[in-house]
Amino acid sequence: MFGFGILTGLLVLPLVGVAFILFQRDDEAGLRNIRWAALFTTIVTFLLSLYAWALFDTGNPGFQLVEQRAWLGNGLTYKLGVDGISMPFVLLTAFLMPFCIAASWESITHRVKEYMVAFLVLETFMIGVFVALDLVWFYIFFEAGLIPMFLIIGVWGGKRRIYASFKFFLYTLIGSLLMLLAMMAMWGVAGTTDIEQLLKTSFPSSMQTWLWLAFFASFAVKMPMWPVHTWLPDAHVEAPTAGSVILAGILLKMGGYGFLRFSLPMFPEASQYFAPLVWTLSVIAIVYTSLVALVQEDMKKLIAYSSVAHMGFVTMGLFAMNAQGVQGAVFQMISHGLVSGALFLCVGVVYDRLHTRDISAYGGIVRVMPVYAAVFMVFTMANVGLPGTSGFVGEFLTLLGAFRANPWVALFATSGVILSACYALYLYRRVVFGALEKPALAGMKDLDRREMALLLPLVVLTIWYGVKPGAILDASAASIELLIKNYDAALVATKAAAIALH
Amino acid sequence: MTPLSYSIAHSLPEIILALGALALLMLGAFRAGKGDWIITEASIVVLGIALLSLFFQLGERALIWDDAFIDDHFARFMKALAIGGALLTLVLSREFMARARIDFFEFPVLVLLATLGMCMLISAQSLIALYLGLELMSLALYVIAAFDRDNVRASEAGLKYFVLGALSSGMLLYGASLIYGFAGTVSFTGISQALNGAPSLGVIFGLVFVMAGLAFKMSIVPFHMWTPDVYEGAPTPVTTFFATAAKVAAVAITVRIVITAFPNLQHEWRQIVVFVAILSMALGSFAAIGQTNIKRLMAYSSIGHMGFALVGLASGTEQGVMGVMIYMAIYVLMSIGTFAAILSMRVGDRYVENIADLAGLAKTNGLMAFVVAMMMFSLAGIPPLAGFFAKWYVFVAAINANLYFLAVIGMLTSVVAAFYYLRIVKIMYFDDSVRSFDRVNPEVTAVMATMGVFVVIFAAFPGPAIVQSAAAAAKSLF
Repeated sequence: MFGFGILTGLLVLPLVGVAFILFQRDDEAGLRNIRWAALFTTIVTFLLSLYAWALFDTGNPGFQLVEQRAWLGNGLTYKLGVDGISMPFVLLTAFLMPFCIAASWESITHRVKEYMVAFLVLETFMIGVFVALDLVWFYIFFEAGLIPMFLIIGVWGGKRRIYASFKFFLYTLIGSLLMLLAMMAMWGVAGTTDIEQLLKTSFPSSMQTWLWLAFFASFAVKMPMWPVHTWLPDAHVEAPTAGSVILAGILLKMGGYGFLRFSLPMFPEASQYFAPLVWTLSVIAIVYTSLVALVQEDMKKLIAYSSVAHMGFVTMGLFAMNAQGVQGAVFQMISHGLVSGALFLCVGVVYDRLHTRDISAYGGIVRVMPVYAAVFMVFTMANVGLPGTSGFVGEFLTLLGAFRANPWVALFATSGVILSACYALYLYRRVVFGALEKPALAGMKDLDRREMALLLPLVVLTIWYGVKPGAILDASAASIELLIKNYDAALVATKAAAIALH
Repeated sequence: MTPLSYSIAHSLPEIILALGALALLMLGAFRAGKGDWIITEASIVVLGIALLSLFFQLGERALIWDDAFIDDHFARFMKALAIGGALLTLVLSREFMARARIDFFEFPVLVLLATLGMCMLISAQSLIALYLGLELMSLALYVIAAFDRDNVRASEAGLKYFVLGALSSGMLLYGASLIYGFAGTVSFTGISQALNGAPSLGVIFGLVFVMAGLAFKMSIVPFHMWTPDVYEGAPTPVTTFFATAAKVAAVAITVRIVITAFPNLQHEWRQIVVFVAILSMALGSFAAIGQTNIKRLMAYSSIGHMGFALVGLASGTEQGVMGVMIYMAIYVLMSIGTFAAILSMRVGDRYVENIADLAGLAKTNGLMAFVVAMMMFSLAGIPPLAGFFAKWYVFVAAINANLYFLAVIGMLTSVVAAFYYLRIVKIMYFDDSVRSFDRVNPEVTAVMATMGVFVVIFAAFPGPAIVQSAAAAAKSLF
């Protein structure tokens, strides 16, 4: 439309919703309009992303639906496109957004207009990260998401919201600024910021090391990897439910996507050189944060720490750099997006009733909320990685990939699977089982129709992808195969060059 | 000898400003009416015509008035910023000056004269012309800094600015005479031709003194001491003028003199520029954290931003000059927007300046809170707002000139700076409201909203236009 393609449409649609919402009044009818408009916008965006998916050819490993326009000159262009690696993330983002809006339907009662605007703007930025094919646009979207998220945590968050929002913003900013410098240096060498061109550029080895470290600074914070993960529990705990869903579901995936899009294909030598470092940090993250999760008193904090551990599997799989590891990492990210998002929604359900997230305040709610207990059970099992749920596929593939690359890494990481069963089941037992002693719990109502509508699709998908993981794996297979082929070829070429020098 | 008509044609904006200022001075003196808005309106028209006349200036570069001045794309770009800044200052000044009961006709006339001085400064092609323009600008600025003469703070600000300014002019003059003594010419191109080969100590001394004098006008550390006091004490429209047009002119002449007159001394002046840029960025970031007055905070912020702009100059390349130009253009947009918001902080007849007064603004005045928040994020350099592109271009130049250390320091200080910009957003959005502001004149709101829109959609408009014209204009210095 107007010379722009579907991907621009995905970026513009939420903003159209914003424009409509801004003109609504703050009275009762206006609030209803605002909520429905936001939900409608996100659903239409999701349908458009499905249309993009229908046009997408999974057999083609290159970039598709590409659109390019002149912009600032000197190699800076407006360029969008998707490949097998980014397409699943676009779908995940568009899919999770309606859930976020619906989850905030009743729990957000003040400044609803600003809230919906912040979420829709955030959706544009998040989709932008995954479809940008220009370095500058990638950075713009990557960083711009901080603004709405800062406001979401700060305005609608819990008690320590100000501390959490500042920590989130400044932590992420300092990492990204180093990446920005690296991007400038890349522009200087390649003379273009077109990601397609940059993927074909080979950067000198000495430079790769520095560029890799600068990108690592940004993505490691975003992932988040141990030891720069401390912003995440704070941000998760203080953010409103939908904010936590977005944080865990999508913002964390930007780091993994960044590794796949930049670090691995553009700096193969440095990636190989630093792989042991990444593995070490991943294993520490898996074991250490699982142990930390075990002692948490706050439900959201526990899930936040478990997210850090699950992201450890992702980085481990990515840097194993074989088909199983990378595909497993992509699968793990998508699956974690669904499962952790759903877990935060589950926490939100009981939080809306009791207004506390303390684990000790609950116990025995299976007696009053049997349906909720069943749903929560599915997601807990998926979080543990029980075969038959989507959580299993990702963990298994990443462990397999890691085993092929370095058995010791896999050995230690596997212990994390056991630990994750410990903390997840322990949480479930304390919240759901036991005697129903607390009087406040006795009056709790089971899931209402809105909450059922929210959680059931996620239950279905979690089990569906656990039984038939092919849907996601096939989408990304061709692109990942190409990525690994180029990676190996680049390493062989440098090795040959090094031998020729001797 | 250049023909007179040629010179006149290429100094059209200056001539319009000069004639306009003189005519309006006469008109004001003969009418002798107070509280009269017509002189300000006429001045806005004069500035508007001068701005338009810039677009009718043709040709790549023209040396005029016996090679004392030059008219090139660089000069036109910077003049457009200075004149635009002056114009918007006058638009914003009306309500404030009337309520402070200092709406004398001299104010717009002095702004016109200062703008004339800025245009001469931007076009200066010799040391004499530089000094002429600088003094014309400075003398007018000294007076308007103390324009609220019954106010102790304003008088103190004016006096401080005058004393320190006179000192810096003296240093600049001393440096200029040293350079003249060693190079034997005052023209910039002449100096660059005379100074090839190893530079003598006298020239380096001269260069240092000239840079010191200019650093004072740019409010660069260690010559920044006047800035917080003058920003806080001067009437807010005057502060707006200081923060926009005056900064543009000072940066423009600094770029021109080091690039065109001292290309062979790049190694020497780069040391100075890198050093003061790091100091300015650091001081601008750390000293602003503790401020409670928003004008004072903007003063420290401007010190930091001038440091960032100099990062581009430090590279000494065409890309760097382009970066500085884009930086200044965006800085003017952001400053005008921010000061328009500060000029909207009115309670009754009084203007409040405490950051705490903004508390809970998001609930009482959503538009203003949104614009201020966008300005703050933009000043912090967060994409997709304009401030990001400003930083992008200067740091790209620094990276390509292998100034990695400078770039990394710059990035780290900008994280510190982000903290205090975020604090303002926090106060407006997260805190509970204490008071609401009274409605201000529509033109102030209009300017604020326009700047807000430009800053938000900069990537689409006017970004590409500014970047492309800056790229073309930067070529004219090389």
